[in-house]
Amino acid sequence: MAYLQSVVTRAGYFTSKKGRLPYLLLFPGMLWLFTFFVLPIINLAGTSTQTPVAGGETGQYVQTFRFANYIDAFNQARPQFARSFLYATLATLLALAISYPLAYAIAFRSGRFKNILLVLVVAPFFTSFLLRTVAWKQILGEQGFVVPALRSMHIIGQNTSLTASALAVVTGMTYNFLPFMTLPLYASLERIDPRTLEASNDLYANGITTFRKVTFPLSMPGVVAGTLLTFIPAAGDYVNAAILGNPNTTMIGNVIDSRFFNIVDYPTAAALSFMLMAAILILVTIYIRRSGTDELV
Amino acid sequence: MADASSSSHGDLKLTRVTKSFGDFTAVDDLTLTIPEGSFFALLGPSGCGKTTTLRMIAGLEEPTVGSIYIGETDITTKKPYQRPVNTVFQNYALFPHLSIYENVAFGLRRRGVKDVKEQVEKVLKLVELPHLAERKPTQLSGGQQQRIALARAIVNRPALLLLDEPLGALDLKLRRQMQIELKWIQTEVGLTFVHVTHDQEEAMTMADTIAVMNEGRIEQMGSPAELYESPETAFVANFLGQSNLIRGEVVSSDSDQSVVEVHGQKVAVLKSRNRATGKSILVGIRPEKIRISLPDDPRNGNVLTGGIVSDVSFVGVSTQYVVEMPWKQDLMVFEQNDGGTPTLRPGDPVSLSWNPPFTFGLDGSEDVNAGSEVDEPA
Repeated sequence: MAYLQSVVTRAGYFTSKKGRLPYLLLFPGMLWLFTFFVLPIINLAGTSTQTPVAGGETGQYVQTFRFANYIDAFNQARPQFARSFLYATLATLLALAISYPLAYAIAFRSGRFKNILLVLVVAPFFTSFLLRTVAWKQILGEQGFVVPALRSMHIIGQNTSLTASALAVVTGMTYNFLPFMTLPLYASLERIDPRTLEASNDLYANGITTFRKVTFPLSMPGVVAGTLLTFIPAAGDYVNAAILGNPNTTMIGNVIDSRFFNIVDYPTAAALSFMLMAAILILVTIYIRRSGTDELV
Repeated sequence: MADASSSSHGDLKLTRVTKSFGDFTAVDDLTLTIPEGSFFALLGPSGCGKTTTLRMIAGLEEPTVGSIYIGETDITTKKPYQRPVNTVFQNYALFPHLSIYENVAFGLRRRGVKDVKEQVEKVLKLVELPHLAERKPTQLSGGQQQRIALARAIVNRPALLLLDEPLGALDLKLRRQMQIELKWIQTEVGLTFVHVTHDQEEAMTMADTIAVMNEGRIEQMGSPAELYESPETAFVANFLGQSNLIRGEVVSSDSDQSVVEVHGQKVAVLKSRNRATGKSILVGIRPEKIRISLPDDPRNGNVLTGGIVSDVSFVGVSTQYVVEMPWKQDLMVFEQNDGGTPTLRPGDPVSLSWNPPFTFGLDGSEDVNAGSEVDEPA
């Protein structure tokens, strides 16, 4: 915080001299955000309290400030809300469990392969998100290699399939958001001075204790950033549920999607969007407060 | 958990220790005994193997060959956390996420010591920073962090405290002050300190015994005065302070001294201070031992004539002269500013003289410039 303040003070020193430059630099970004974020949000907020025009066509709504739209929408989509947060939480925890050892290995043990491994982490972005998700349908499908393998090992029954299930949705989300978890984790692990780990070793802490008392606490900024970058998009995601799920695994994103585009029920969709935003915002705030990483960031 | 305090204390013994990284031999067949309770300095230029030696003692590197003992205990392959050894790291390596109190308590907690609070408070008082216990390392100045790093190590009362260039990051004034404090703390706590440094003045100020290292080997070991007054190699003569080394040949010897001819002039070297085995010899003399005088002044002892002053710099307590000799070698002379020497200017012809017992003789096969052109970091 002190550092930030000093930066701000120094910036202030420059404004007095170079007046408008900072504002000029800010302008394009601010204009963009205003046009494509602030205005649509206001519009969306307006839509969320509209009601259908009496006797009008489908998709015609009028502003009546009916805040009860929110209660109705919530009551209709309660299970999907719960499912969204459950799946997002599961995907986040799974991604953390997979990414941490990966990021740790890249940061501390990869030697000259470091850059190659980092490229491999980012490589999936070179193909479309949608295609990669469809590919999982193949992998987990009857013709894929996973199902026969698991069946032959008697881990799953002969009639159990993996597609169109909650498992497939969570797996897909975990996979899709893995780089968002790995990269911040790597960045914060890489920043750890290896001598602090040596110091811990020197001060009678073995490998496990060093990890618990030094490495992990020092990687907290990466853990917080990674979990947020995974959880937030995962909670609002609808692609994985649409492609890999079944009617019992729909998430809030799918409900919003179908309300907008299929049922053309704009107010409910808008109200759900706002509630999702609010819920994520509240959860994230609590999370950041409790993780207490302010001074490490 | 390691039981550090009950492990046997005693002398540290390195026996024929070698450490190679691929083709590079960082430490080459090193045998060394550091007596319990001493303040020992490993001095050398960067890359001489001193830090690698320290890291092997700490357990952060494993020797390729050789063994390391503390007293009767073989610690060669023990993990760092199993050794009764603590380190003050070069950049302190304090834990940024822990308070100063928790930093210092770290080792005590790992060992399950009972009276953590009492011991931490005591050691913070020793380093005179008890008021900073609740701060985080980043809120401390370099000098304060240095002391906390020291406190964090000595609170465990290790058999051996290793200091890896602990003062390297401090400015000159603070470094001088910390040198005195470190020495005082060492006497106070009575632990064995092994101090790695490239700063010869730092090593001489603090250590009882200095081992000068070069290219993975120990060049010479002894008290600061021994090393300074009787260097055994050109490297030591040049690395520790400055030396004038002049090539010559032994022309005659009697029971206690040899006469050496250097470029047509004769000087005496005590046999006890002569390391040369053959006829070829390097005659060594420290700049402050030499008296400078006008050619016609009376003088005795070892005398070299025909010098021309080529540079004069006044440095307060002394005046430093560079004198070019007839054989085109520049010699350094430091004269006390006590009014005993006439003021000389560049171009003045002079003679140099000194008391023969100050002369030291090195083997003629040595490189005159060894150790004088070493890059020193910081």
